[in-house]
Amino acid sequence: MKQYKTSKQLALVIDLNVCVGCHACVTNCKEWNTSGSAGALSDDNPYDKDPTGTFFNRVQTYEIGEYPKTETIHFPKSCLHCEEPPCVPVCPTGASYKREEDGIVLVDYDKCIGCRYCSWACPYGAREIDEHQKVMKKCTLCVDRIYDTDLPEEERKPACVLACPTSARLFGDVHDPDSEVSEAIREQGGYQLMPEWGSKPSNHYLPRRKQKVKHSPEELERVDNPLKKEDYQAEDSAGPSLDDVTSW
Amino acid sequence: MQPAFSVIFLTTLIGMGQGVFLAIYTEHVYSVLNVVQQSNNSQFYVIGSVVALGLLVLGLFASFFHLGHPERAWRAATMWRTSWLSREVIVLPIVMFFVFVYAVLHFFEFNIVLITFGSIDVNLSLVIGAVATLTVFALYICTAMIYASLKFLQEWHCVLTVLNYTLLGSASGFTATALLSFYTQADKFNFYLGWSLVLLVLAFISRIASLYRNRRLRPISTVQTAIGIRHNQIKQKSMGFMGGAVNTRDFFHGKTRLFIRSIKQIFIWLLFIVPLCIMTLTFYSPSYEMIGLAMISMYLGLLAERWYFFADANHPQNIYYQVIS
Repeated sequence: MKQYKTSKQLALVIDLNVCVGCHACVTNCKEWNTSGSAGALSDDNPYDKDPTGTFFNRVQTYEIGEYPKTETIHFPKSCLHCEEPPCVPVCPTGASYKREEDGIVLVDYDKCIGCRYCSWACPYGAREIDEHQKVMKKCTLCVDRIYDTDLPEEERKPACVLACPTSARLFGDVHDPDSEVSEAIREQGGYQLMPEWGSKPSNHYLPRRKQKVKHSPEELERVDNPLKKEDYQAEDSAGPSLDDVTSW
Repeated sequence: MQPAFSVIFLTTLIGMGQGVFLAIYTEHVYSVLNVVQQSNNSQFYVIGSVVALGLLVLGLFASFFHLGHPERAWRAATMWRTSWLSREVIVLPIVMFFVFVYAVLHFFEFNIVLITFGSIDVNLSLVIGAVATLTVFALYICTAMIYASLKFLQEWHCVLTVLNYTLLGSASGFTATALLSFYTQADKFNFYLGWSLVLLVLAFISRIASLYRNRRLRPISTVQTAIGIRHNQIKQKSMGFMGGAVNTRDFFHGKTRLFIRSIKQIFIWLLFIVPLCIMTLTFYSPSYEMIGLAMISMYLGLLAERWYFFADANHPQNIYYQVIS
């Protein structure tokens, strides 16, 4: 098995704790990728019966638990740009490849023969054939955007990341331990999908995290309260108070 | 998976073509070794090789219908280091080349004796046939490994896949050769028929073994590992779109459980039981119609078997596409 060693590995980190399932990333992904030099992404009968089309990104919804103790999870899914992509070695033409410089898994549309074998070899269902161009397509991590020096630097990010209103999508180099994404994975329990197949996805997901603050009674009441030290008893004193004594 | 007829025809036709070549070459070796009666068989070897070539060409032709860009198919030979599909694309024309050379040598009766062991003459066609046989087995392995190498398709990821492709291809090829030999080479009919029976019984055992294995499989990927949430109760509420997509069409057969079960019964009867009965009868009372009937039943059964082979495989990506809304 070929080992893919890349110094840099660009990837997304998706925070399931923050995603609200608005599909803005899906829409912006489709918009950017259908407008590029590679040609339109298929979209048949979009406003008609039996619509179908090619998308690089989907947001799915899951219900966890049993009512009423349920959680709704919105789960965005796109190509995970695996460190050991099972789709790449099976490609008979070499159209599918993993870039050495940044670890992005891409398809050369001019070499692809449309045999669909790579989509069989992806356990995540991240690859979708374009029914019109007859070539395999998938998320490119907006490779035509992130290196575009004509864009202002803050816009050199994947379209889905820019669209996210809740900043649920982080983008960066997961091989750089100081990057925002590495820190998020490290400190917020980032995990990979279907780890059982050894594909080592580069995209990570951050789990739901309940932000509960626990207070013990000791925290609410000072143990070393000076009033207690002086044995001060304000209420329930049987005798007359100082006020009573001096009232006359 | 969604069975594609182009791939079903490709695998069954080239499997049978390879089997036809194995049949004539087995007879060739036997007759050289004097195990069967020697006769001038060159003409039959030519007929057999041409039929084998025809089946291989038909299979290759069918495979093009699976491609989005058949005009770029030549590119598929480039990644033989990692891809079994690429290896198949390379080995298939090599098989065709050697079968063609074998046919040409017999057509011109170009029998140069290369070496003699006692009373056995090893001539050029015998050597070319041996090389062709090796490539035929390599092709069976390549074809089956395309499927068997995908580890998360648990139904396929097994040595039985390779065994089934080899045995089913050989059995159908020997039967086709028996049919061919009925008029042109009647004295060898029982030889081919006997081998067909043996191979078909072996294929039956191997296929039943894989059915048994697949029934007991437990999926390694679950919705828990798919979305990475550790909870026993997870329900998909939306797969993200209400229309269709490649993901909902390419990876699931879309048929009812009853339909799948009936296809299984159909292939068990048409591919194994019916031909086994007919061929056993034919063994005692040879009849062209009977062996023809066995061949038709077997090929229809083979189509159903291959369809079932694809439909039976559960792709883990289907976990993500359970609920429309």
